[in-house]
Amino acid sequence: MKKELMSGNEAIARGAFEAGVRFAAAYPGTPSTEILENVALYKEMDAQWSANEKVALEVGIGASLAGSRVLVAMKHVGVNVAADPLLTFAYTGVNGGLVLVAADDPGMHSSQNEQDSRHYARLAKVPMLEPADSQEAKDMVRDALEMSEEFDTPVMLKSSTRISHSQTLVSLGEREDVPVKPYEKNIRKYVMVPAYGRLRHVVVEERMNLLRKFAEQSPLNRIEWRDRKIGVIAAGICYQYVREALPDASVLKLGICHPLPPKLIEEFAAGVDKLYVVEELDPFMEEQIKAMGIAVTGKELFPLIGEISPNIVADKILGQPLTGALEVPGYCDEPVPMRPPVLCPGCTHRSVFYLLRKLKLVVSGDIGCYTLGSLAPLEAMDTCICMGASISAGLGFEKGNPDLKGKVVSVIGDSTFFHSGMTGIADVVYNRGTTVTMILDNRITAMTGHQHHPGTGQTLKGDPTVALDISAICAALGVKRVREADPFNLQELEGVIREEIAVAEPSVIIIRRACTLLDKGPKDKYMINRDACITCGSCMKLGCPVISKNDEIISIDPSLCVGCAVCVQVCKVDAIEKVGGGNA
Amino acid sequence: MPNGPVTSILMGGVGGQGVILASKILAHVILEHGYDLKISEIHGMAQRGGSVLTHMRFGSEVNSPLIEAGQADYVMASEKLEAWRWLPFLRPQGTMVVNTQEIKPVPVILGVQKYPANIMEAMTALVGRQIGALHAVNALEMATNCGQPKAANVVLCGVLALSLPFPLESYLAALEAAVPQRFLEQNKKAFQAGYYYFPKN
Repeated sequence: MKKELMSGNEAIARGAFEAGVRFAAAYPGTPSTEILENVALYKEMDAQWSANEKVALEVGIGASLAGSRVLVAMKHVGVNVAADPLLTFAYTGVNGGLVLVAADDPGMHSSQNEQDSRHYARLAKVPMLEPADSQEAKDMVRDALEMSEEFDTPVMLKSSTRISHSQTLVSLGEREDVPVKPYEKNIRKYVMVPAYGRLRHVVVEERMNLLRKFAEQSPLNRIEWRDRKIGVIAAGICYQYVREALPDASVLKLGICHPLPPKLIEEFAAGVDKLYVVEELDPFMEEQIKAMGIAVTGKELFPLIGEISPNIVADKILGQPLTGALEVPGYCDEPVPMRPPVLCPGCTHRSVFYLLRKLKLVVSGDIGCYTLGSLAPLEAMDTCICMGASISAGLGFEKGNPDLKGKVVSVIGDSTFFHSGMTGIADVVYNRGTTVTMILDNRITAMTGHQHHPGTGQTLKGDPTVALDISAICAALGVKRVREADPFNLQELEGVIREEIAVAEPSVIIIRRACTLLDKGPKDKYMINRDACITCGSCMKLGCPVISKNDEIISIDPSLCVGCAVCVQVCKVDAIEKVGGGNA
Repeated sequence: MPNGPVTSILMGGVGGQGVILASKILAHVILEHGYDLKISEIHGMAQRGGSVLTHMRFGSEVNSPLIEAGQADYVMASEKLEAWRWLPFLRPQGTMVVNTQEIKPVPVILGVQKYPANIMEAMTALVGRQIGALHAVNALEMATNCGQPKAANVVLCGVLALSLPFPLESYLAALEAAVPQRFLEQNKKAFQAGYYYFPKN
């Protein structure tokens, strides 16, 4: 059989292909983004970026009810956005099978929190599968779809950064042709008004009992008997860590992390001297196992925060990690400088945050590359909570403190605006707010690696489509003052911000310029004329990684400069010149 | 299927340096020789100039994809400070392969922190004690001389390859599979520049 090295995300896409999925939808979010990018490569499957995760799941629900097998993918916090349809879709059940992939990010490699998605499976009363490598990730997509159709329920598949972004070997199979199921109108099943919802809730509870019985028998859960002194219950990547750290221990490997199989757990517990549960983040399995009256050790030893690793498993259970850091004399004397992510050279966001800092405004921020505007030396952001919160929280700032009225700016990206910014604008206009909303329109979803969105004019499949007009949308939402500005023209931009802050009505400034990484054209280079430079450090306040100071000399690295010329405009003595072209 | 323990290679670099291509080439060679392999990468913010880290583990059977402190048989660092950062991850007597290029991180540019002086001297002093071998090259300069400055990591990969149990032809075949035709010759040159830089022991 052909084996290929695949990331968990590639494997999930392959699993969808092989299991006859016809439609897939998602909103990009690390570490889930590559799932849909890979689904889109198969011509047999239709795939789309939706405006947000709620919309993605709702489109998926429609496609399932209509009769297709469906995959919907999102990062863990995306499930918050999609939770509303999820919890009622659990009542209606499916027609074609539907798998919802939730990719957690323990350790917060690229997220604003580290919530544990497993609680959603319990909350929604739907089953959840948890793969331990790419092979299982691929296979479990089919398992999930089959369970979905057999038990008439959406099924969640939980990934994590270490599953989604690790590559392991996968045996490839052929695509199964799963025809579109006939659609039959069924008001009592698919229209959730109270009278029908009450009927469906009974079905949901009965279904959980059936799923629990299924979990007792399913080969997705298995006991691996080895030495019986130590027994560990684990799922997902933690299974690999346990195998690495405790190769001789017996393991109950759970592929179904919800619902748990009580009898299987009892059998395993009875067969070992000491029982542990190793799970990242919350004591999700542990609390349920303890509620079964089974003695088990978990979070007394293991952290609630961050990732687990083989060393942690060995340390907590055996009392000693597998290895310690290489001992280097004097290594810890001086901290090794971190390399935090920064706004790129030529980033279209830099000048915005430079000016917002200069004007001492309260900045309500949002999720995207521009969240990096909160870092030194720009530090021009007061809050960042979740996708879309900038505009609504900005309104709250002026509602909650009269002194802040006329000083609040909400900053949001183009993709985030389509995700959940439009309702915030409606709220500002409707509730007589006076905030300024700056939409940083770099024509792409940049942070997750350049995905298209409703404003770009192109679909995930690469087809041309309507590009929604942000200015027209804001005008239609009732904003009378909609302005546009170029981020590379500092004087103009500062003037526009000052004017809009001064007026006592809602306004929107659209800062429009394509992400610098998309601009493949020839670039100007700039250099600092050392004779003219007075080393005042004004240019360094931009936080551009191209400009550095060594031995009291400030210089521009010509290999990295992309010629945005923003630094030229902040220099007080005209010391920054175009390379080979005199003054800019 | 080869037997024996798991070999761990940790690759550290800076976003945009092309660590991904180096891991692709190695993966191709490792799989061709029938090993199990797991690779774990942290990316997402990598494009924004952050540290990037690739864990590669191969052997007859690999469980965890992670390399932890004191476990790497090889650390391949595309930049000096990254070598210093990941040095504690090397196992005692492991091999350090490093590009002597210096890319200043933002806290250093801002003057908040200092770029550690004498990293190479400090590591050289550990050779024969904590470190088994230290292979340091100016990979950027070598790649530039081969006509492809972006191939610095391919040079480094060549240096690392000298210590791994695979023949040169396997790497050249991997390059053919992973690199577009128009960049192939420069990349092959870059790889061999690294491969032949140090005498094989």
